[in-house]
Amino acid sequence: MAAVDIPIAGGHADDAHGDPHANYLTAKRGIGSWLVTLDHKRIGLMYLAAVSIAFFAGGVFALLLRLELFSRGRTIVDAETYNRFFTLHGAIMVFLFIIPSIPAALGNFFLPIMIGAKDVAFPRLNLFSYYIYLAGATIALTSIVMGAVDTGWTFYTPYSVQTANSVISMTFGAFVLGFSSILTGLNFIVTVHTMRAPGITWGRMPLFVWGMYATALIQVLATPVLAITLLLLICERFFGIGFFDPKLGGDPVLFQHFFWFYSHPAVYIMIVPGMAINSELIATFSRRAIFGQFAIAMSSLGLAILGFLVWGHHLFVAGMSEFATMLFSALTFLVAIPSGVKVFNWTATIYKGSIVWASPMLYAMAFIFLFTIGGLTGLFLGTLSVDVHLTDTYFVVAHFHYVMMGGTVIAFLGGLLYWWPKMTGKMHDEFKAKIGFVFVFIGFNVTFMSQFIMGSRGMPRRYYDYLPQFEPFHKASTIGSWILAVGLFITAYTLLEALWKGRKAPRNPWGSAGYEWMTDTPPCLANFHETPILTRGPYDYHLATPEELATGWDEIEAEEKAAKTAEKKG
Amino acid sequence: MANVSEPVHAGAAPGADHGHDHAHPSFLQHHFDTPAQQFNASKLGMWVFIVTEILMFGGLFCAYAIWRALDPDVFDQAHHFLDKIMGASNTIVLLFSSLTAALAVRSAQLGKKNQTSAYLIVTILCACAFLVIKFFEYRHKIELGLLPGHCFGHPWFSGSIQKGETIGTCLRVHADQAPGNPTWLKAIDQSGHVQLLPPRANMFFGLYFVMTGLHGLHVIIGMSVLAWVLVKNIRGQFSPEYFTPVDLGALYWHLVDLVWIYLFPLLYLVGKPE
Ligand code: HEM
Ligand SMILES: [Cu+2]
Repeated sequence: MAAVDIPIAGGHADDAHGDPHANYLTAKRGIGSWLVTLDHKRIGLMYLAAVSIAFFAGGVFALLLRLELFSRGRTIVDAETYNRFFTLHGAIMVFLFIIPSIPAALGNFFLPIMIGAKDVAFPRLNLFSYYIYLAGATIALTSIVMGAVDTGWTFYTPYSVQTANSVISMTFGAFVLGFSSILTGLNFIVTVHTMRAPGITWGRMPLFVWGMYATALIQVLATPVLAITLLLLICERFFGIGFFDPKLGGDPVLFQHFFWFYSHPAVYIMIVPGMAINSELIATFSRRAIFGQFAIAMSSLGLAILGFLVWGHHLFVAGMSEFATMLFSALTFLVAIPSGVKVFNWTATIYKGSIVWASPMLYAMAFIFLFTIGGLTGLFLGTLSVDVHLTDTYFVVAHFHYVMMGGTVIAFLGGLLYWWPKMTGKMHDEFKAKIGFVFVFIGFNVTFMSQFIMGSRGMPRRYYDYLPQFEPFHKASTIGSWILAVGLFITAYTLLEALWKGRKAPRNPWGSAGYEWMTDTPPCLANFHETPILTRGPYDYHLATPEELATGWDEIEAEEKAAKTAEKKG
Repeated sequence: MANVSEPVHAGAAPGADHGHDHAHPSFLQHHFDTPAQQFNASKLGMWVFIVTEILMFGGLFCAYAIWRALDPDVFDQAHHFLDKIMGASNTIVLLFSSLTAALAVRSAQLGKKNQTSAYLIVTILCACAFLVIKFFEYRHKIELGLLPGHCFGHPWFSGSIQKGETIGTCLRVHADQAPGNPTWLKAIDQSGHVQLLPPRANMFFGLYFVMTGLHGLHVIIGMSVLAWVLVKNIRGQFSPEYFTPVDLGALYWHLVDLVWIYLFPLLYLVGKPE
């Protein structure tokens, strides 16, 4: 404590940041106060807005793709435009939406609160990473007006070096977006290490924070390799260096190795945050200490580590030695272990829990179901002989949509519904949220289950046209995409409607024992009025006091009644 | 580094009201409880950043290892075109600048402001010297026509260049069959020998320019960081209690130095024993 005795020079540091006890949404007003805010909660919301727009844009391209495939031959666009559409769909969804989605939006908002900190370690860097994100997104999207990339989101050489389109602006955009991702990860790692409130030991750290921490490690360790890969690709196009050009002694397969050395770990940047949310949802709505908390936390780290060792499974047919393919196949199977640890622990938590079927819980159950399908089909693809048949077919497309959309996006929606009252202070309409869920769930399965079938029958991916025997499956898939879109619109409407029509939300609307529910709704600028001192874990329902678990709906109802009678009298 | 993994908050008085009750030194940001916590956070942040830098260069070193393993003879032949004297001088310059950077941290710790400034200035001057030497090296390579894309028959640049034509002081000697195909180069290396470089030597010069170019960029970034630290120091913003930017700026500079320590032998001294 000696350090605190230093004489004070200058004014109080808090003055510039407003009253720490005020509601963070109303403490300062005006667009300007948002654009320069250093508050992690506001930055989280700004990220949320940005990634939602990206999701919408990527979604529009998805619907156009499905529409084109509704019937054989030309339906709405020509083949070249189709190529551009699927590239834009993939690149926007991966680089602009799914990688930043959960960490930068919900993670930014809740990670500091869940460890009892006032902010992330580097608030300025946090805001900076947001603007880098916007800059990267802008650069990437200018490629549309410059003639849209048609290489697919993987930018494989030699095509990406030869095609006449604006590959440079798209890859440079992804390069810049990578920096934003690195800075978010760096901030989280340091925050988790140095900012935890007294009593929040590693063992008591919420699983959401553990997941964010594991994700941050991957972001920091993998993204620089993407940066150098894309830089080399840009050099290749600009200067003709020849690293990936066999004529000059280079090797196009090297690009695939480099690319997947980042991009396989990147799929864990996508899914680990989804799993992290799911652990919170399952615990809260089963009203039980999560089963195997330590095992779940360690399995996140396990995925982070194993994720670096399996990139070769994307290159089984690209030309690798037999020994290497066998090794990568075996390592790929290992990934199933930490994934299985999570699924079984969630299931064990639900078992004999007192389950509450709130809308976030529906999403949590859907996550377990859909992720399991996605993960298991990953094992099919990791099997060498099977992959030779399935690679580059719709089976792969269905596999990664089950994990990315069925996993990450479903968890993201569940997390949004779960934390919406805490973030906005307004409760959404649960009934509408559940209707939205039913549409999303059915629409998703119709869209992608049919892709598993046609993929296993040999329908290649990234094709503009197809043989007659695939027509029923493509039709079903397109119709499914419409149901899915309706579900997403209902959900978006439910969330937005809550902002102006929603009931006021109490401190702990779901009756959770988690740390983030112990503070105001919405939180004050400094997150807590006093630095919290924790004496129990976030899932210790048996140790939580009745006041901590009280939802506070009684008071809200009393308030509403009083307001009504006052209205009648007045 | 061991101490950062402990919860630093333990030092904060229980129930401390965001530190409103106790004195906040001016350099302490509002979301930290103690200067020690702030320092640990900054230091860990810089280490993590350095890890990302190492991984980024790691990609290039990996590419280097692959091509070198595939083509040891070509690397041997091509490396004779690099100037070992200039490379060695640059190594000495950078090593010396790392020493002065470390001394700057030392004097900042002791609160000797002017001495800190002096050491920082010497470090920055060394960085300038490095870039000047690098400039002459690059100019020489470019004059020889060893820029990878230009010289080695990539269609983007050399579609118009014919067999037997000279580029810089190189002679393009062997245009095989189709136009636009890579060619061999006849050129004089650093020790005055005439060498016939195969098209695959392109890979060596590609790596040379990309690796030293990216490193050069880091030298410029490091210089700017140190200049910013210098300005802060001259304004008197540091004290023995607070000198984090000096510490972290120097740490970053050591990374820049370290990368070069690997680049120099790998590129300049890579030849096989005679
Ligand atoms: C549970 C363990 C998993 C295993 C064993 C697995 C296995 C595989 C394999 C072997 C492939 C290559 C298929 C081929 O191209 O022939 C593949 C592709 C893919 N996987 Fe997974 N995967 C798993 C989880 C995930 C997760 C969690 C995500 C994302 C959140 C994901 C996203 C992808 C993507 C995007 C591709 C295709 C990339 C492309 O070529 O465009 N996978 N997976
Ligand atoms: Cu993979």
